[in-house]
Amino acid sequence: MVTLRINGEKHTIDVAPDMPLLWAIRDIIGLTGTKYGCGKGLCGSCKVLLDNSPVQSCVIPVSAAIGKNILTIEGTSENLQLLQESWVTLNVPQCGFCQPGQLIAATALLDKNENPTDKDIEEAMIGNICRCGTYQRIKKAIHKTVELKNQHS
Amino acid sequence: MSTIKNISRRTFVKSIGLASGGLILACNTSVFSEKEITKNLVDFNPNLFVQLNSDGSLILIASRSEMGNGVRTSLTSIIADEMEADWNKVIVKQATGDAKYGDQNTDGSRSVRYLYETMRKMGAMAKAMLISAAAKKWQVPGSECTAKNHFVTHSSGEKIGFGDLVEIAKTLETPKEYVLKSPKDFKYIGKKLRSIDAEDYVKGKAIFGLDKRLPNMKFVAIARCPVTFGTVKSFDKSEALKVAGVEAIIEIPRVEKPFGALGGVAVIASNTWAAFKGKEALKIEWDFGDNKSYNSKTYMAEITANVHKQGKVAKDVGNINKAFKNAHKIIESTYQLPHLSHAPMEVPNAVAWVQGDSCEVWAPTQAPQTTRKEVIDYLKTSEEKVTINVTFLGGGFGRKSKPDYVVEAVMLSKELNAPVQVVWTREDDIKHDYYHTVSAQYLKASLDKNGNVTGWLHRFALPSIVSTFSPGVDYAAGFEIASASNIPFDIKNMKIEVGKALAMVRIGWLRSVINIPHGFSENVFADELAYAANKDPLEFRLNLIGKDRIEDTQNEIKYNTARLKNVLKIVVKNAEWGKQLPENHAYGLAVHYSFYSYVASIVEVSVINKKVKVHNVFTAIDCGTVVNKDTVKAQMEGSAIFGMSLAFYGKITAKDGAIEQSNYDNYKMIRMHEIPKVHVEIVESSEKPTGVGEPGVPVIAPAIVNAIFKATGKRYHNLPLSDYGLV
Ligand code: FES
Ligand code: FES
Repeated sequence: MVTLRINGEKHTIDVAPDMPLLWAIRDIIGLTGTKYGCGKGLCGSCKVLLDNSPVQSCVIPVSAAIGKNILTIEGTSENLQLLQESWVTLNVPQCGFCQPGQLIAATALLDKNENPTDKDIEEAMIGNICRCGTYQRIKKAIHKTVELKNQHS
Repeated sequence: MSTIKNISRRTFVKSIGLASGGLILACNTSVFSEKEITKNLVDFNPNLFVQLNSDGSLILIASRSEMGNGVRTSLTSIIADEMEADWNKVIVKQATGDAKYGDQNTDGSRSVRYLYETMRKMGAMAKAMLISAAAKKWQVPGSECTAKNHFVTHSSGEKIGFGDLVEIAKTLETPKEYVLKSPKDFKYIGKKLRSIDAEDYVKGKAIFGLDKRLPNMKFVAIARCPVTFGTVKSFDKSEALKVAGVEAIIEIPRVEKPFGALGGVAVIASNTWAAFKGKEALKIEWDFGDNKSYNSKTYMAEITANVHKQGKVAKDVGNINKAFKNAHKIIESTYQLPHLSHAPMEVPNAVAWVQGDSCEVWAPTQAPQTTRKEVIDYLKTSEEKVTINVTFLGGGFGRKSKPDYVVEAVMLSKELNAPVQVVWTREDDIKHDYYHTVSAQYLKASLDKNGNVTGWLHRFALPSIVSTFSPGVDYAAGFEIASASNIPFDIKNMKIEVGKALAMVRIGWLRSVINIPHGFSENVFADELAYAANKDPLEFRLNLIGKDRIEDTQNEIKYNTARLKNVLKIVVKNAEWGKQLPENHAYGLAVHYSFYSYVASIVEVSVINKKVKVHNVFTAIDCGTVVNKDTVKAQMEGSAIFGMSLAFYGKITAKDGAIEQSNYDNYKMIRMHEIPKVHVEIVESSEKPTGVGEPGVPVIAPAIVNAIFKATGKRYHNLPLSDYGLV
């Protein structure tokens, strides 16, 4: 039995400790917002925050997440929420499948960098593939979120 | 055009998934052939529904799959606009796969094109009925009432909400007369519109195929033969059965149909991970079959040889031999393009639940009706026993119009007597796709003293999509030839020939299809000719397209060279073609007509230390009337990235019949740090709406190659560019 804390809620589940966190979240706990895209740490679709750091949940075992705070796309954080709003305003998603991972990566970026440059964004988002090619809007939406934040503070 | 009826009081509304109670209009949109329309007029069989409820909510049933092309938003906005409805009150329901919804296949960039007029008419009729209802209620002439933003207003200023008119409107006949709005009054059509699904996407709430769950559902992974159509000789499942969570392992046969299952060994488990692990632990001996001799290197050499000799003549106008004989200059080039894999972000997957002779499916499919038919055939059951629920699609690009993965789920659900979800790994997806064709093309042209093209020979060899349906077909089919023979160039002597190419994997359509190889060779070759003629590529191209004319391509829509030149002129203006660019930077251009739309792109690259970077892409599209501007823009932005991925990285190869690539590490995609700025201009037009999802792709790769030439003087004829070490 392992206990995971996801979006502030505790889940005790019976899985092998080497099961990747992704499958525990999706198939055992039933939160399907986190996506499978490659299973090899190549695409970023499965990104979640583990104690505020972005990880590819398809390659880290459940055991590595015990005792940590896990944030998935279904959860809330200030930056995540603001980013989601910009994403909607700018019509970022096309098929939408990669977007949970993109939003989690962007949240991690804004959590540690309040004013990212284009280059910072590129570095933070390099691990996330979007086959539909929404990158330009993702970049814009991150900048827009920062602008809105700066206006309000 | 089809009849629209008021079916508010009919009993069958429940069967289409609408609660009864509101005002419901229905019609049949089978606009495929005249014959079908007449048939349907006799036996009214509606497929498009709009329901207005007394609380004002407006439900529209979307019959097409959503796969990132904004169909749900675009189609519904058309009705809402004509109806003067409030966009915030619109709810869209996804139709199941059923003939009653008309053709649902989402491909060929045609959704909006086919449904545009019917949707407008339906909205206009609903509006007219609401106005009549208000007039009746107030005892005033309808001409004194107007509808706007979900209200009907009388000239006296009295106002009533759409919802409050439902009871009266329900009792009315559909009007014989109604007026369509003038395009200048459109409120949603042609405007930037918030996607109705964006909210769900960003919160992780949209349910894709992979997200579907049923109680007691089994998760299944399947090991398929590395060589196409190979079969299982024997297997040892002992290690796989030891994996925690693995419940059973069974062999499944191949279903020998174009969209049939490939067959293999299925691992049934209590979660996806266990199924994947179990699959890896299987020891299988395969009978590889005939395709094990497939080696991409030798194959490319063979088809290349086939285009270097006389092929089957597909078109022969004027006298090419004479043109070549009298030439001032002869130019010839050979182009080689590899297979591509769709690799949509969401792998193929499907949930099926077979109970007795009934079956319900939940799947990300671009072709719900084709899927339904496959399931009916497989189960040998009748139509009403099969329901196909269309989930969100995590990308399709043509892959998800082939429901082999659904057939697998159905086979296994039947066998196991339980609901199952078949999940392909990314490796399965890349190794067992219906690949975009591999091609060799040879072009030869003659120039006269003034640099005009006098003769054009285009010979190509590529395994045809038709081979998937008729095994053994080894020449390109009519539609594959058409994109070469309908080239909008004004050349007197032209010959198109096809060479032999036998398919050794499953070939399928992939976003832009045959326009990828043809758009590439034609645009690069035209650029080569321009330099050979000592002319600016732009000037040369405009001259090659020739004077304004409308060409009959034996299609419903004729192409218009003025519109083609227009998009070219737009990008030339936007990019300021000819201006001084920074050192090592250069522009390249390409223009292509496909899916009845006209697209031109100018790409700015820099080449430094033999590494290419794309800085800007200027694209202009003329796709007739634009329903949702922002969707078109998004599709052009996405097309630029899709086109760059195939230009720089796209390459699928076989060795001894097995595909060598497996995942995003060796089948690479463009990522955030590589993207250019994409600038899109959409031509304002009141022509019929045409394709948007695909026509933006074919111009990108040739424009890049042309720009690299301008920057370096080196001409690359083959893709991907990573093979030349350019990235
Ligand atoms: S699924 Fe984890 S990185 Fe792709
Ligand atoms: S929106 Fe489709 S993969 Fe990113």
